[in-house]
Amino acid sequence: MTSLLQQIIPGQQVTGPEFPDYDVLQGCIRCGRCLPVCPTYQETTLETMSPRGRLALLRAVEDGKLDLTSSIADYLYHCLDCRACNTVCPPGVPIGELILDGRAAYAVKAGRPWWARIALDRFLTSARAMEPVMRMARLYQRLGLPRVVRPVLRALKGRHPAFHTLFHMEGLLPRLPSQPLHARLAEVTPAQGERRYRVGFFLGCMMSQVLADVSQATVRVLTRNGCEVVTPPGQVCCGAPHDDQGNKRMARDLARRNIDLFARYQDLDVIVADCAACAGMIKEYPHLLRDDPVYYPRALAMARRMRDVSEWLAEVLDDAVPLAEVRCTVTYHEPCHLANAQGVREPPVRVLRRIPGLELRPLPDSTRCCGSAGIYNLTHPEMADRLLEDKVRKIAGTGADTVVTGNPGCLLQIQMGVREHGIPVRVRHLTQLLDEAYARAESSRAR
Amino acid sequence: MAIPSHVLRELRDALGPERVLTRPEELIVYSYDGTWAEGQPDVVVNPTTTEQVAAVLRIANRERIPVVPRGAGTGLAGASVPQGGIVLNLARMNRIREISPEDMVAVVEPGVVNQTLQDELRPYGLIYPPDPASLYMSTIGGNVATNAGGPRCLKYGVTKDYVLGLEVVLPGGDVLRTGGRQIKNVTGYNLTQLFVGSEGTLGVITEITLRLLPAPAARATAMAAYARLEDAAHTVNAILSAGILPLTTELMDQACIQAVERKLQIGLPVEAEALMLIAVDGEPEAVEPQIHRVADICRRMGADPVEVATTPEEEEKLWLARRSVSPALALIKPNRLTEDIAVPRSKIPEMIRRIQAIAREYDVLIPTFGHIGDGNVHPDIMCDRRDPDEMRRVALAAQAVFEATVELGGTLSGEHGIGLLKKEFLPGALGPLAIEKMLGIKKVFDPHGIMNPGKVFPEA
Ligand SMILES: Cc1cc2nc3c(=O)[nH]c(=O)nc-3n(C[C@H](O)[C@H](O)[C@H](O)COP(=O)(O)OP(=O)(O)OC[C@H]3O[C@@H](n4cnc5c(N)ncnc54)[C@H](O)[C@@H]3O)c2cc1C
Ligand code: SF4
Ligand code: SF4
Repeated sequence: MTSLLQQIIPGQQVTGPEFPDYDVLQGCIRCGRCLPVCPTYQETTLETMSPRGRLALLRAVEDGKLDLTSSIADYLYHCLDCRACNTVCPPGVPIGELILDGRAAYAVKAGRPWWARIALDRFLTSARAMEPVMRMARLYQRLGLPRVVRPVLRALKGRHPAFHTLFHMEGLLPRLPSQPLHARLAEVTPAQGERRYRVGFFLGCMMSQVLADVSQATVRVLTRNGCEVVTPPGQVCCGAPHDDQGNKRMARDLARRNIDLFARYQDLDVIVADCAACAGMIKEYPHLLRDDPVYYPRALAMARRMRDVSEWLAEVLDDAVPLAEVRCTVTYHEPCHLANAQGVREPPVRVLRRIPGLELRPLPDSTRCCGSAGIYNLTHPEMADRLLEDKVRKIAGTGADTVVTGNPGCLLQIQMGVREHGIPVRVRHLTQLLDEAYARAESSRAR
Repeated sequence: MAIPSHVLRELRDALGPERVLTRPEELIVYSYDGTWAEGQPDVVVNPTTTEQVAAVLRIANRERIPVVPRGAGTGLAGASVPQGGIVLNLARMNRIREISPEDMVAVVEPGVVNQTLQDELRPYGLIYPPDPASLYMSTIGGNVATNAGGPRCLKYGVTKDYVLGLEVVLPGGDVLRTGGRQIKNVTGYNLTQLFVGSEGTLGVITEITLRLLPAPAARATAMAAYARLEDAAHTVNAILSAGILPLTTELMDQACIQAVERKLQIGLPVEAEALMLIAVDGEPEAVEPQIHRVADICRRMGADPVEVATTPEEEEKLWLARRSVSPALALIKPNRLTEDIAVPRSKIPEMIRRIQAIAREYDVLIPTFGHIGDGNVHPDIMCDRRDPDEMRRVALAAQAVFEATVELGGTLSGEHGIGLLKKEFLPGALGPLAIEKMLGIKKVFDPHGIMNPGKVFPEA
């Protein structure tokens, strides 16, 4: 009889604050099904860069075989948090969540880098807190500096990772709105025509500060479809960037504030967001607050009311409101936090198919991460570049003239990609394309 | 055993420093496969060319360092789990070198993932038939080294039936080429087949020439529920006697049916002793009447209800139950020992009855599913590895299953191999003469015993 058959495992040896749940980690049966879908594994074929490998590192730490060192943290941070692994894991291990838990455990143990403490904890806590930084960015653009700075950074990016990060940061920034949306959007935007629904709007920080046009289009599309849009003032960041970078404490704090705020609006049919990352994060509040007996049920309640805008539109789009023909060929890039984290795949396509004249072309590997991944493209520009290049090549391969997606990170990243690679493709949020079709129908009727 | 620093330096010179991994966190992720077996390597190397593999084997042979070839680490026998030495990670040798529609062959490197090859073949209207359930992740090299089987193998055979030629690096670094590109070949001993199923104990496979087939145009499936297990087994014979060679015949026992139903709640017949899925493929005009004949035979043999699916969507629904067995079982207990026995087809009902008796005797849960048409079944002994008493009973149950298998004229492994987990049972299954001859062959290829030592053979 082999000794191996009888080998007992002792169970958890080491634990600490924020350590991933040992029993949940044990759920990984090491079948390897997650390997072929993981972009970082695909790029490196290294087990350390795979979902199974990352879980094995965490388990080794809790088994007392390895210390939770910076080099283990490095492999955890190389994860895109794209959740492709979660969608295929046969026993349903919450791999992405466990990896984030591992990052948090490391942050508690070793602290977090200075830039994260300043950029995320000080400025990225709400759209309003971002204002001082954004004022400088707007000034930078108004002075025409990008034309000077961009070529310099391009020349320097190979020299040092910091320049590469700056190059990305600069390249990602679109023409900024003169004023963020949260400062202009009324608390209640009435429905056009008969009010059919009362909808809460979770306005993401990036959407308000950088992509205000998109969210404005979102509000217009909602109101055209009988939704009264309620945007509660005082929203804070959803907490995704903080959760992503190991600061669970702040992520929980932000979550509680949003939960409390929206709890005051009990008569909302649903809460929508046009940022897949925000909607995904809010749907994950229950996991984030699972040990908080008071907030866990409230988190569940908020998560149940949360919808990505595409989900909601697929449900309520009103046939009576005319959509003009939009003659374009469209391909759809699925944001990880929509397709993988929220499992929302059909609705955006169903909505696109409603637009007359539009030809939809399938994008190969449409759920593969574009490399944006929160702030991954800034922290890991080299890997992000590789994923972006692949994405842009596949977009170009479809021959589409427009690429549609549903997340600010993807929008900015792909915009930068098509510009850098000189591909003549428009990059649009789903609601922008809809808004265009509605607006054209309205103006042709007015004529 | 630590690797001497001059050896590490030599490996780095041969492969490039970034392809030689020695940090503890880089080693621990190569300490496992798809089982619970674990063992540490001293170094992991990631070659990308045959020359680099040869360099590694030259150094290892001279220094007498064990070498464990590794594909995707999805094996279910512990065969790629190291116990010190070098892990040779072949995942990065993953180019498809050639697809030849004229010769109907593909030439691939060992790290090519099975599904990747299938995807590349689709535009040519060709298939590579062996399709283990792990096809999304396992490598062709691993498939060859374990002679992997799949659900289609009742009709199309297993990996060995599709390997025409190999390039193998032997200990010492010599590069051996075996076989060729043709289906027929009796020029000398059949060395190609010697490496199929050798579990990395003879040499490192660096290139594989595979036979391809035209893709069948259509497929259909029938699902049949049986009140009595024996009737399911008899149905398979009745179908074959009626002149129909099904693509696959998959069986789930009652424990599996109940586990899946608990997870999915799709209205499976939980009272049934067995659920069988039968698929046929071929020309669309032939497939449709054939599957209805299959369904009739099932009914005649006592199945009730019987469902038939002829469109991909309907088929998908029927196969959902079978595909959910593994995840459903994961909900019952945290760990399991997946066995892989094969018995003559006529002995299947008796084997399953015996497994059920063993489960009762040792008070463990053993759901059984498998490829009934080819006699290969997977009793999964469910367990919790933190429970010493249960693990003792699991080990006894496993031994009892193996003994029953051998008694019924069966074999320890149909498709997963022996590896670490079953090597103790080899003498009982093969006898001393066969083992002596096998070890003699091993000596010819691997005189110093560096290739995957401690695997397959109890004393090696
Ligand atoms: C969920 C699941 C389902 C499975 N279903 C099936 C199934 O239906 N049918 C089936 O047969 N198996 C199945 N398996 C088992 C496993 O996937 C197969 O044994 C597969 O062939 C292993 O391939 P691998 O690339 O993972 O090899 P590994 O596990 O890495 O290695 C397996 C063996 O092959 C050797 N090896 C690998 N590459 C080489 C090489 N290039 N040269 C020499 N030796 C080499 C290794 O040393 C080891 O002995 C399943 C496994 C899982 C986890
Ligand atoms: S979340 Fe994405 S990058 Fe991270 S392990 Fe899973 S698949 Fe890989
Ligand atoms: S798919 Fe799930 S169970 Fe399988 S190795 Fe990956 S994490 Fe583990």
